[in-house]
Amino acid sequence: MASSVASSTLTKHAIRWAALTYLLFLLVLPLGVIVWRTFESGLGPVITSLISFEALHAFQVTAIVAVLSVIANTVFGVGAAVLLVRHSFPGKRLLNALIDLPLAVSPVVVGLALILVYGTFAPAGGWLTDHGIEIIFSTPGMVMATIFVSLPLVVRAVAPVLEEIGIEQEQAAWTLGARSFVTFRRITLPAIRWALAYGIVLALARSLGEYGAVAVVSGRLVGQTQTLTLLVEERFQNFDPITAYSASFVLALVAVIILLTIKLLRPKGDVS
Amino acid sequence: MTISVRNINKKFGDFTALEDVSIDIPDGSLTALLGPSGGGKSTLLRIIAGLEQPDSGIVEISGQDHTNHPPQRRNVGFVFQHYAPFKHLTVYRNVAFGLEIRKRPKVEIKKRVNELLELVHLEQFAGRYPAQLSGGQRQRMALARALAVEPAVLLLDEPFGALDAQVRKELRAWLRQLHEEVHVTTIFVTHDQEEAMDVANEIVVIAGGKVEQIGTPDDLYERPANDFVMSFLGPVTQLGKQLIRPHDVELRGSADDTTVPATIDRVLRLGFEVRVEAVLNGSAEGNRIWVQVTRDESDRLKLRPGDVVHLRPTRRGAVTSITPTSPRSHASSGGDLAAAR
Repeated sequence: MASSVASSTLTKHAIRWAALTYLLFLLVLPLGVIVWRTFESGLGPVITSLISFEALHAFQVTAIVAVLSVIANTVFGVGAAVLLVRHSFPGKRLLNALIDLPLAVSPVVVGLALILVYGTFAPAGGWLTDHGIEIIFSTPGMVMATIFVSLPLVVRAVAPVLEEIGIEQEQAAWTLGARSFVTFRRITLPAIRWALAYGIVLALARSLGEYGAVAVVSGRLVGQTQTLTLLVEERFQNFDPITAYSASFVLALVAVIILLTIKLLRPKGDVS
Repeated sequence: MTISVRNINKKFGDFTALEDVSIDIPDGSLTALLGPSGGGKSTLLRIIAGLEQPDSGIVEISGQDHTNHPPQRRNVGFVFQHYAPFKHLTVYRNVAFGLEIRKRPKVEIKKRVNELLELVHLEQFAGRYPAQLSGGQRQRMALARALAVEPAVLLLDEPFGALDAQVRKELRAWLRQLHEEVHVTTIFVTHDQEEAMDVANEIVVIAGGKVEQIGTPDDLYERPANDFVMSFLGPVTQLGKQLIRPHDVELRGSADDTTVPATIDRVLRLGFEVRVEAVLNGSAEGNRIWVQVTRDESDRLKLRPGDVVHLRPTRRGAVTSITPTSPRSHASSGGDLAAAR
């Protein structure tokens, strides 16, 4: 008995050290090096590089793309979750499967597919170009690519909670005279608010960090369609490591803040 | 307000929940929909509220055809079995909900909500959240919330089902009292015959998707339409080919041409009541009967196992003939259930 307890404690320790070592080499060390390299020559060069025109513009592009795609995914995500949980309709299983598709498809493929449909030489893209709307190599295309890759996050955060709270509160509101939209705003939305916030934060994190799909559709035009992740890559290639490190550091910092927010938002048993 | 349901049919896939159901609920009554689980009574209640759509048939409330109207337009108060409290709102805001969405003035809402909270004895809980209430309190909050919009009818789905026995008894008496004060036409669903008899002034027995009988509690108990109603509403035993209440069998020491002889098997003394189990003479094993007598009567007849007694129905008692090929297979199980109580 005692020896089995001792050996299981030993196993636990071994697993813990293995896990920590693994994370050290994979995560902590690279991130630590970035922080160290960023501030190697002090704060001055970091600030200078971050307030350069390219960097500021990249911040702006990233923010616009992320905010627009998060708004779109929030609206679509809540709508799709309500549709999937509260209604039955032909094609429901198909919709359910399609929502998870972005997790399986490589972002680069997503970008390429968007170019094939909306590029200037494709029928749809050509028609839009004739009407003065440019999708590829501009913000709409980048937003679309980002929406695509972060599509499932809000739906998958909201749907289980919607399932769990059930339909009775909504039905009670109906019998009290509340129409569908009033019921949604006053009963459903407050009930799913934490799950929704969690989904939004996840989608935001994914949108800020997206590289592959955006790299393909943006055309990587410096000072025009360059996001933060693209800036990191481009500056690094062009022998400007300090800007690359600084932008990486900002991205990592934002990720940490988002991570902490998720930790705070994640419902602990209390979903209401 | 009256409720009139005409020829309602409802299927869920292959399962027939309701088959040609028609009932009329008079204004101001307190009606129980009574029947075994899965018999269609909750479905009927939800159809009246507009939460389910019937396949065919008509629902009229206060003489107006509401069959194709959504629940919002029916002016019904509905209390769910698990109360469906709005968890993110306080007791006060829960009760105020129906008035708030009608955009009534704040002063009026406040007055009405406070009146209702007083009516359901929750004045001091106005600021609490549903999670901080007991089951009985949540149930009363749900009632106040439903009454706030002054519904034409009040519908309650298994209102006491989720409560423990003590609270259930209190709330029954309280619901009856509330109905006398508010006097809104009320329908509640229950599978408990005692609850239905205790609270309702009219009972609709529903089983297998059909209405078996409609009447006052006395009607149903004394003059059941068939052996199912008979066995569902109270204890029954079998005398020859008849179902009879165990307290409606007379035990006699001597035979005449109206009696049947039986041999006592067991005499159980349960306080005031004595339960006598016997086997009818000359019949196969299994034709057993049990009779409920008072302690005095048992002492007078000196009942002991092995004695031969002579049985006959008392004159007033309810009796139904057993239909051996009855399609209602649940009739016998209902009887066992009632007898076990």
